[in-house]
Amino acid sequence: MAMLEARDITLTFRGLAALLNVSFSVEQGQIASLIGPNGAGKTSMLNCISGRYHPDEGQIALNGRDMLPMAAHDRVKAGLSRTFQNIALFKGLSVLDNLMVGRHVRLDYGLLSSLFYWGKARRSEDLHRRRIEEIIDFLGLSPHRHQVAGKLPYGVQKRVELGRALAGEPELLLLDEPMAGMNLEETEDMARYILDINEEWGITVLLVEHDMGVVMDISDHVVVLDFGQVLAAGTPAQVQADPDVIAAYLGSENASFIGR
Amino acid sequence: MRGKCGLFHTSYASETRFFQSGFQKLSLGLFLVLLLCSPFFLSNYQVSMLNMINIAVIGAVALNLLTGCCGQISLGHGAFIGVGAYTTGLCTLAGWPFFAALLFGGLVTAVVGMLFGIPSLRLKGIYLAIATLAAQLILSYVFLHWTSVTGGAIGMGLDAPVILGMSLDNDAKMFYLTFGVAAASVLLVANILRTRHGRAFVAIRDFHQSAESVGVNLFAYKLQAFAVSSFLAGIAGGLWAHYTMYITPEQFDIMLSIQYLAMIIIGGLGSVLGSIFGAVFVTLLPEFLGVLAQWAGSFFPNISMYFLALREGIFGLILVLFLIFEPEGLAHRWRLIKAYWKLYPFAH
Repeated sequence: MAMLEARDITLTFRGLAALLNVSFSVEQGQIASLIGPNGAGKTSMLNCISGRYHPDEGQIALNGRDMLPMAAHDRVKAGLSRTFQNIALFKGLSVLDNLMVGRHVRLDYGLLSSLFYWGKARRSEDLHRRRIEEIIDFLGLSPHRHQVAGKLPYGVQKRVELGRALAGEPELLLLDEPMAGMNLEETEDMARYILDINEEWGITVLLVEHDMGVVMDISDHVVVLDFGQVLAAGTPAQVQADPDVIAAYLGSENASFIGR
Repeated sequence: MRGKCGLFHTSYASETRFFQSGFQKLSLGLFLVLLLCSPFFLSNYQVSMLNMINIAVIGAVALNLLTGCCGQISLGHGAFIGVGAYTTGLCTLAGWPFFAALLFGGLVTAVVGMLFGIPSLRLKGIYLAIATLAAQLILSYVFLHWTSVTGGAIGMGLDAPVILGMSLDNDAKMFYLTFGVAAASVLLVANILRTRHGRAFVAIRDFHQSAESVGVNLFAYKLQAFAVSSFLAGIAGGLWAHYTMYITPEQFDIMLSIQYLAMIIIGGLGSVLGSIFGAVFVTLLPEFLGVLAQWAGSFFPNISMYFLALREGIFGLILVLFLIFEPEGLAHRWRLIKAYWKLYPFAH
């Protein structure tokens, strides 16, 4: 059974269909990519999975559990984490606190414990800090640990956001353009992190990305969206050879006739 | 080599302590001892100022948790303080023990605060400010017109609090009560801010969409912020009511809400220490202006009359000047001063 199963997702905004009968699946342990030209509905699809948007029709299941009735904040507990296309860090918090917020759902002490900082709160803060430090080491964020996130360079902020998503211990990680706006070295680092997360920590990854070099290199499975519909799906080699995909990205000879 | 330079932590627990160096603990300890002895050498009037500061600290810290940390503007805190004052007053008049009445007053205020916090799910920024302003106006109306309970415009007379058979009937005795409660409130809020709830509050303030995507239940946490904040506001109200021993609806009008907002802006939004600074500053400002008027009166005989009329204007002017020149508040200035002395005399 596939880990993530999206079936016949239709999302409309006042009658305008952003997604139309989109179906695809992501297998456990894969790195899957969602690609397509601008406005194809990639981020909308990600928002449907993470709970920001509510599709009009269709089903989304994670490990066989229906996700759509769940509120966005409950989906994190079900094993979902995401990053955003534009940096969406908590700018007033330190890097460490950003990651600790990412662990919010794994900490389970109550408000009273919090008020008095007794027993359970104290113990679980220490316990979870240990895991957070592993993520900080993994992403090379130690020099920035206590700095305010809003003042860090762009590339570092992107890494902090990845770290925050990892802190929730996801089974499926949704990454919305993790390489956007990065230079070559930073892109390579990020690709390496994604591969490590997938191979060493066994986290399944669903990626939205425009950098085709990266997508084709690291993906096991690629889904191509165009005008809110699935154009093609398969291994990177299959997708590259697909005439519809080539037409969507490069145009086809008779493009001017069909009006695209 | 003996001694160490800088801070070196060997456990996560030591890093999350409030006071990390011995010097900090020592200076705070000395300050607290001085404060606790102060009723013995200060005049009654000065001790009464300290009492007012203590009560203001509770209210300011409460409002700063909600507005400074969680980003939910409240223009209704004056009325919330009033709810606490009336509820506690009614309970002690009914013969409840003081602390039970105080706690119950806090709880009732928390429920009222949560009720008026419900619009925060949909409203943000200025719109929420208007919604909480409505809370202020509605509650003021209730204080004034629910005569059978609140006494209406005539007000409500109360007795000095009695704790374990001891009546706290003077400023010095009252000081230890208000100081104890203020210290406890500050500690509670500081604790919240270093745990998951406080982090969730700040996350909501900074980016509510990603707060939701890391699993923070926005509605539940906004309501929790309203609840904790109004609870403490209610406690402040209960103390204030029993300190002045007479409460009328005018005490809890919109001006009080604005005064508390001024405290946290002047002190520093989102900073516990800033709330304390702001409370001290705003409480002492009229006194300071009074002294200034008296001094100027020796040169210009009639000026104190005009000065009194100008008081509100000067208060507003100082607020504007703070927003322009010290937008991060007194807490930020305090950090700069500390940083300066850390390196003194080698500034560069």
